[in-house]
Parts: sequence; structure tokens; C-alpha cells
Amino acid sequence: MNFIQKIGLALFVVAIGIFTLSLGLDSYKLTSESLQTKTTYHKEAITIAAKNIGLWETEFGNNFEFIGQLKTAIQSANENQAATIATSGLPNGVGEWDFKIYETDVKEYILNTTKASSNGLVSNNKGIFWWLTIGLGLIGGLLYILPKFNLIPGIKNDHIYHQPLTRGLKVNLRSTFLIATIIGVLLYGISYMNMNFVWPAITAGVIGLIIYLVLFQNGEKENDATRSASPNITGWLGVVSGIYLIVFYILLYWKAEYITSWIAIADPVSEKLSGYPASKWFLYGMLYTVIVLVMGVRMIAKYRHNQYQIIRTCSVMFFQTCFAFILPEIMIKFNQPYFDFKNIWPLNYTFFFDYNIKELMANGNFGIFMLVWGIALALVGVPIFTYFFGKRWYCSWVCGCGGLAETMGDPFRQLSDKSLRAWKYERFIIHGVLAFAVIMTIMVLYTYFTGSSQVLFMNTYGVRQWYGFLIGSAFAGVVGTGFYPLMGNRTWCRFGCPLAAYLGLVQKFKSRFRITVNGSQCISCGNCSTYCEMGIDVRHYAQRGQDVVRSSCVGCGVCAAVCPRGVLRLENASADVHTRTEELKTIHISEGEVTLLS
Amino acid sequence: MHIVIIGNGISGISAARFIRKMSDHQVTVISSESEHFFSRTALMYVYMGHMRFEDIKPYEDFFWKKNRIDLLKDHVNAIQFDQKTLNLAKGGSFQYDKLIIATGSASNKFGWPGQDLEKVYGLYSLQDLEAMEKFSPGLQRAVIVGGGLIGIEMAEMFHTRHIPVTLLVREQSYWSNVLPAEESAMISRHIIEHGFDLQLGTELKEIHDDGNGNANAVTTSKGDKIDCGYVGLTAGVHPNVTFLKNSALEINRGIVVNEYLETNQKDVYAIGDCAEISAPQKGRRPVEAIWYTGRMMGETVAYNICNKKVKYNPGIWFNSAKFLDIEYQVYGEVPAKAPEYLSSLYWEHVDGKKSIRINYHKDTNEILGFNLMGIRYRHEVCEKWLSKKTKIETVLQNLSIANFDPEFYKEYEKEIIEIYNKQTGKNLSLKKKRGLSAVLEFLKK
Repeated sequence: MNFIQKIGLALFVVAIGIFTLSLGLDSYKLTSESLQTKTTYHKEAITIAAKNIGLWETEFGNNFEFIGQLKTAIQSANENQAATIATSGLPNGVGEWDFKIYETDVKEYILNTTKASSNGLVSNNKGIFWWLTIGLGLIGGLLYILPKFNLIPGIKNDHIYHQPLTRGLKVNLRSTFLIATIIGVLLYGISYMNMNFVWPAITAGVIGLIIYLVLFQNGEKENDATRSASPNITGWLGVVSGIYLIVFYILLYWKAEYITSWIAIADPVSEKLSGYPASKWFLYGMLYTVIVLVMGVRMIAKYRHNQYQIIRTCSVMFFQTCFAFILPEIMIKFNQPYFDFKNIWPLNYTFFFDYNIKELMANGNFGIFMLVWGIALALVGVPIFTYFFGKRWYCSWVCGCGGLAETMGDPFRQLSDKSLRAWKYERFIIHGVLAFAVIMTIMVLYTYFTGSSQVLFMNTYGVRQWYGFLIGSAFAGVVGTGFYPLMGNRTWCRFGCPLAAYLGLVQKFKSRFRITVNGSQCISCGNCSTYCEMGIDVRHYAQRGQDVVRSSCVGCGVCAAVCPRGVLRLENASADVHTRTEELKTIHISEGEVTLLS
Repeated sequence: MHIVIIGNGISGISAARFIRKMSDHQVTVISSESEHFFSRTALMYVYMGHMRFEDIKPYEDFFWKKNRIDLLKDHVNAIQFDQKTLNLAKGGSFQYDKLIIATGSASNKFGWPGQDLEKVYGLYSLQDLEAMEKFSPGLQRAVIVGGGLIGIEMAEMFHTRHIPVTLLVREQSYWSNVLPAEESAMISRHIIEHGFDLQLGTELKEIHDDGNGNANAVTTSKGDKIDCGYVGLTAGVHPNVTFLKNSALEINRGIVVNEYLETNQKDVYAIGDCAEISAPQKGRRPVEAIWYTGRMMGETVAYNICNKKVKYNPGIWFNSAKFLDIEYQVYGEVPAKAPEYLSSLYWEHVDGKKSIRINYHKDTNEILGFNLMGIRYRHEVCEKWLSKKTKIETVLQNLSIANFDPEFYKEYEKEIIEIYNKQTGKNLSLKKKRGLSAVLEFLKK
């Protein structure tokens, strides 16, 4: 590490520090201007309740106390409203929705009001704090990364398993994290579903069933997973970063009222792009894009001898910046619906939700175009592109989740579990999620077309709410990205993404894509398997001389890049993909006639 | 029948696996080096932190039990061939019905003074790796003796820990006894680019003792004394058969075997680095200490033991390696010094890190060999051209189908043809495009 890199690293650490501390620098005061409600009835009721408990126009030094009081005020306001309805009925011409404060409103009110009530260092200096946090992190990151362009080009994996950030966890600790996360998600899920135990209980049952099937039906209990993620010492920095990311996602998805300072920091950029102040999703999109860009530069520096990696990385940087971040904001500016043209159902699980369809239908020809585009991509685009190029066209060239995994996630790709046991879990889980996504979408469409929200014993709104919570937030976000330093950068893509499952089925059964093995040149060194982010044991195929056709392969091309003997190549060809995967080219004697093969 | 295999490297393990594929014989693999099979060629990556030791094991640990291959961690001290018995270091003896000796190599020591001191190691075994790991902290300089494939690996390993390295190479250019002059010069340049102290035309004279039995300096043939805390001996390997000397087994450099890999003792076979083929094929050496031949011998011996007689035939020579950042592949005949009948078409990229060499017969125009630096070629395609004795001009016009570089890489086959056209006054051009479809079409023909 040279001097400039040390400065860069120091700036980055300072930026993270300020970013974290910025959550505690503002004070909060509820005023008539800062109380954000949809109706005046709500506003009046909350104002009265707030005055009663001493919240009104009182300054709070931290948001914990403020939010606690605000929740109490809203709850008591709601009780008062209910009492009013009970004694004197609804005012004339006012619907119950406008009078009573419902759960969805409460979440929104708390977030928006907290943000509007904040005052102080951060809220009054949003631009400066943008530079002190995101800007400084960006500069520090680049200072750390850019000197890498001076190194001699070649594979740069030195000390990955020596460093506390990238060496991974002992398998017991990793299991503890997983189990704690599953239990945490299910318990919080009960409260998320308004104390409805049914969905968390069904999920727990399915998890138990999968564990039973893998360990006992498939006999994996006997097979100790030696090639999992178990180094001899746990990397403490990896654990710390994992926890930081997990906490970030929990706050972002479910407790955004505590990170209003971060959202405020994003305001100036949002106002420039769309004309509106930032939402939590804008904050997330901005951070995401900055990270993909900076870490994309790192990826290019690391693999600058490799044209495939350079072009692919530029592609994910482009699609994230333009299609996922800037274009939707510009569309909002022109009063069009938010739409990410490259996000495909079933990854984009809200695509067929009634509100999305209605919004698109209400936006004239352009809206209809977006609706048709989304359906055509999912039903026609996916199979056709995957037939010609394999699922890599999406997963490691276009997709946003893939984009983050291939840039920010690259330092963690070796942490994917390569054991046979992990593969058996993978098959059950990812196809289970795909089935869940399809069933959920069918139910949602059933409701859209019939108006009936009950299918058998299930409420379709409940199903989609649980899917959004469990898969859309907990799996894709908390586990998907939070577990980068714990289980590798493609945990979501490998175990959870329903679109990856769908693309994978096409790739497995009808695609021209495969990874070709170069004759007998393999020396079984294991670099390919180690650096496969999808946990494919590439060496298993390479040392047998067997072409690789696996549904999970995202075609990142890193196995071919790290191979020291030039054994692997990603290829598309219409010819005999399936016979090639059966031949064992390293075997040089044919068994039947006992003759030498040449 | 109980088949015992001494050595769990690629040869012994290939034998065990193929015997299991073909039979239900009891198979025991004995090794004192490691519990499980690992990829010897990947040891360097463990030191450099690219992989953990677990990652260089090609099979998960449960594989052996599942396939009923018994593993025994012990050392064979001696063999009683007449009684079909092995004497083990942990005591006791062991019976076999058939025995496969696959004990691999040991690092060469040429009688240098001080060669048996502590902190003097080769780079072959897991124990060598452990020694490097043990003595690396605080190491100020390492001296590596020998200009082959292992020396450069060892230098790269120390380099990742910022330990300065001096490489003593007897030849005037790196590995010039194997590589043609241009390729050898390329590697020499690349080594210097990485900042190693490469001393060409220099040999080891003596390793000095610090008084406690540790090496602390070397003296070179040029009379220089170089202080160092570690000496790597990487001047090649020899068959690891010392424990069998003075037994009934016929040993020359290695254990002498016939074309069925049988030794002079009944039911005893030898394979891999430790075996010496009594009558090697034309152009092949009696002892070939490389991964690929070890694997082929393991497969061949399995057939012979399972009563499907087949002669050992390694086919057309191929090999590969990586020198720091430059990959190397070779197919067919690529001698360091070209014999009179051999014409060589050589192209080198301006960056001096990529090259293609195509050898062919001056009179018959038949293709003889390919040597690639920094560029990947397809094994099967090159092999087919070589075995069919294809004419150089046919090869050149179809050269694109041999290219195995990743997608979007620049292709240089045109430039080679231009060199050929210039040399011969012909006007050849590429007829095929790179890509798998054309390859499969060619291979099926």
C-alpha cells in the first residue's frame, strides 16, 4: 500500500465515521409545519395528542425519544378518533379512511414527520454533509483504487485469505449468524404481519422441511461440509462489516425514521434530478450507484488485462447508473411513473401488483408501452437472450443486484460455500422462492381480475405482503447484501433470486452457453472453484475435462480469468452442448475396447 | 484382492479412483505427507493467500469413505517384495496383493556444502510449504537456486510477502534449457520487471551456517556472498526412491517399469514421478515429472491391475505453467535448440508478454509443435493437427479455431500468417473464425 492509498483509506474511514455519526447530530421538534399528514383530521388529532404529552414544540436531542413520543401521540390520537366515532359518529361527508389513522399511514407519518422535524448540523448543511460522507468516501475510495492501475497487470488475489475483511468466518460462527437472522426475521415478521402467526409459521415449516430433506433425505448429515467457508481464524473486519450492512438494511427497510438524516443528505441530489426531496429509496439508489461506480473502477483496475471483465463491468456500471438510477428519476420529473426498464419479473415482484398495473395503464401510450415491455421481457426476452448467451446476459451484465455483487462484492466472491451440501440447499431454496413468486403473482392477478382477495384460506394481500417482507426485503436485502462478507457476494443470486432460478432453468435445458474445458490441461489447483461466486465446484468438471452447464452459472468469467493454465472458456455455440458435457476428455483410455484415445 | 498404493499424489489417487471405477477390490492409499489428496501444483496459492489448504483438495473429505478408498497416514520404511509386506514407521506391517508405488519426487541437491542445514528447503511437499510459512516472518532475503518452474513460483511466493528474492540461475537466460531463446528472454525480462534480483550465469557454491545449524548466507560461483535467511533449492527434482535402494526392485534413476508400468517384482507397479519408463516413446524422456503424465499413468495402471491390459502411451506431449503473470502452454515438439529439420514461425506482441511459436518440418511442411506465451490455445485442436501431421499452411489458414483466449480478447493469428507470407512470398489468409462451432465441426471430422 503506498502513501496515496493510505490517505485514501483514511479518508474512507473518516467518511464512514461521519456518515454513521451524522445520525445523531440533529435535534427534533414537532411543529405545525413539520407534522406531515394526509388529512386535516389526522393533523388536528395528532396535534392535540402531542400537546397532551408535552411533545408539541419541545426540542429533543435524539430521535429515539422523539420517535417514541410521536408514536405515543399518534396512537393516542387514533384512540381519540375511535372514541369520537363511537360517541358522535363520523363528521358529515368524511370517510373512515380520512378520519382514522391506519397502520400504513402511521409508518409514513412517522418517517416524514421525523424528517421534517429535524433541525441542526446535518439538516441545515445537507450539501456539506453530502461531501463529508458520500463525497469523501468516494474520493477516499478512488485514491485507494486508482494507484492499482500502476501495478503490473495480472491476477491480484494475494493475501485474500490472510486479510480480516475477506477471509470469511469459521463455519460455526457463520451458522450462528444464519440461524440468528432466520429467527430474527421470523419473529419480526410476526409483528410485521400484525401479529398474524400463519405466514411466519408456514415459513418456519418450509425451512424445517428443507433442512430435513437435505440432511436426512439426501444423506448430507454424514458429509461434513469441509469446503465451506471455514478458515482457521475468523476475519473480524468481515464480521464487523457484515453487521454494519445488516443493520443498515434493517433500518432502511423497516425503521427508516431513524435514518432521516441520511435521507436529508440525499435531498439536494434528488431535487436536482427529479425536483422532489429524497425518499429512502432515493438515498438507497444513490448510495448503490456510487458504490457500483467506485467499486466498478476497482474491478476494472484489478482485471485490466482482461477485456471480458472490463466490458462486463462497464456494462453493469452503465445499467445501474442510467437505467436504475437516473432514468426513473427523470421520468418522475416529467410526471411519468417510476420505471426501471431492466428490472424483470419475478425479481421485480411488484410488477403485477394492482397499483403498478393501474398506474401504468393510467399513463397513456407510454404507460401501456412500459407494461408491454415488462411482460415481453419476462416472457419472451428472457428465454431468447438466455438461449443465445446464457443467463449471464442478465445476471452479470445488466442486473442491479448482479452489478453490486460484481463490484462491491468482488472482494468476497471466494466466500461462497462450495460443499455438496450447500448445493443441495441451493436447489431447494431457490426453486422454492421461484414457486412462491409465481404463486403469489397468480394470486395477485386473480384479485386484480376478479376483485376477490380470498383464495382458499389465503388472503392475497397477506401473501404479497409476506413475500415483500420475507423475500423482497429480508432475503434480497438483509441477507443478500448484508451477508457479503459472511457468505459471499452472490448469496441472494444463488439461493434466493426467482429470476435467477427462471433464467437458470432456461440455461440448463435450452441454451447455447457453456464453459468449455481445454482438453487435459487442468491441474486441479482449485482457483476456479475458490473464486466462483456461485459456489460451483468448477474444478470438478475441469479435472474431468467435462464442459460446464450449470443452471446457477452467471457467466462472470472469473473462473477462466484466474485459471493459471488457460483451461476454461465461456462459449456460445449451437452444437451439441449436452453431449459435450458427458464426455470426459481427460480420460485417455476407452473402457469398452481398452484402446487409447487420442 | 487388496491393492495398496504408496503415495497420495495425482498418480496414486488417479490409480485408486480408476480401480474403484472398474472393480470392487480393496484399495488402501498410504501417505505420510498429508491425510488427503491435494493439488501439489497449487501449494503456492496457499502461501500467497489465494486459497486455503482446504481449497486445494480436489475432493471433499467424505469422498474417500463414500468410494471405499481407505486412507492411511503412515510412512513406508521398507518393502519385503517376497512376502508382499510393507514395514510402516508407526510400527507393524501391512500386506498387499498388488502394490503401486507412486512416491513422487524429491528436490535435487547437488552436494553443495551446507545443503542439509535448517532453513534450506525445496518446494515440493506440504512440509516444504510449512517450512516456508514458518521462516517467513522477519525474513530479510531469500536466495533461490535454480531456474525452472518451481524457482519462479517460490520467488513469486516470497514476493507477495515483500521478502526480497535473489534467483541464482546457471543458464544465461531463464529456463533456456527448455524454452527457445525468445521465450526464455521474455520470462527473464518479466522476472526483472517484478523486481527480483535475477543473477544469470550464476551457480551456488556454498551455503553458510550461522553457527546454530541454520543457513544465513550463500556464496555464488561469482564469489559474491549473499546474506539470506532462507535458501530455496529448486534445481529440479529426482525420483523419490531412496528408501527402496538396496532392495530387489530394479532402480536406475527411478523405478524401472515396462510399457505396462510393471516393475521387475511380481505384482508391483510404479507410476508417476518415481517411475522410469525403460523404453520411452520417441521424443519422450524416461522420467517425466509432470502432473499430466502422472494422471495418465495412474489411469493406465488401474486398467492393467483390473486385467484390461493396456500399454502406457502418453500421446502427444503437452504441458503448461504460469510464470508470474505470463501463462505458458506447449503442444508437441518445441525444443530449446532447434534441430536442423525444424522451421519455426515466431510472433511476439510489442508488449513483449505474448508470443506464438509454430514449429513445422522444413522439408515435409508437417506441423510439429506449438508454444504459447500469454495466449491460450485449444488442446484438442492442436493435438489433432499434430497427430494427423497436418501441413503448416492448412494449420495457419485455420489457426483461429485453436484460439482459446476469453471473449473480446484481441486475436493475433492474422499477424502470424503475415509473418509466414513474408517469409515465403505466399498470400495465405485466415479461413475460419474463432469459436466453438467451427472447433466442434473440425474435431468431428
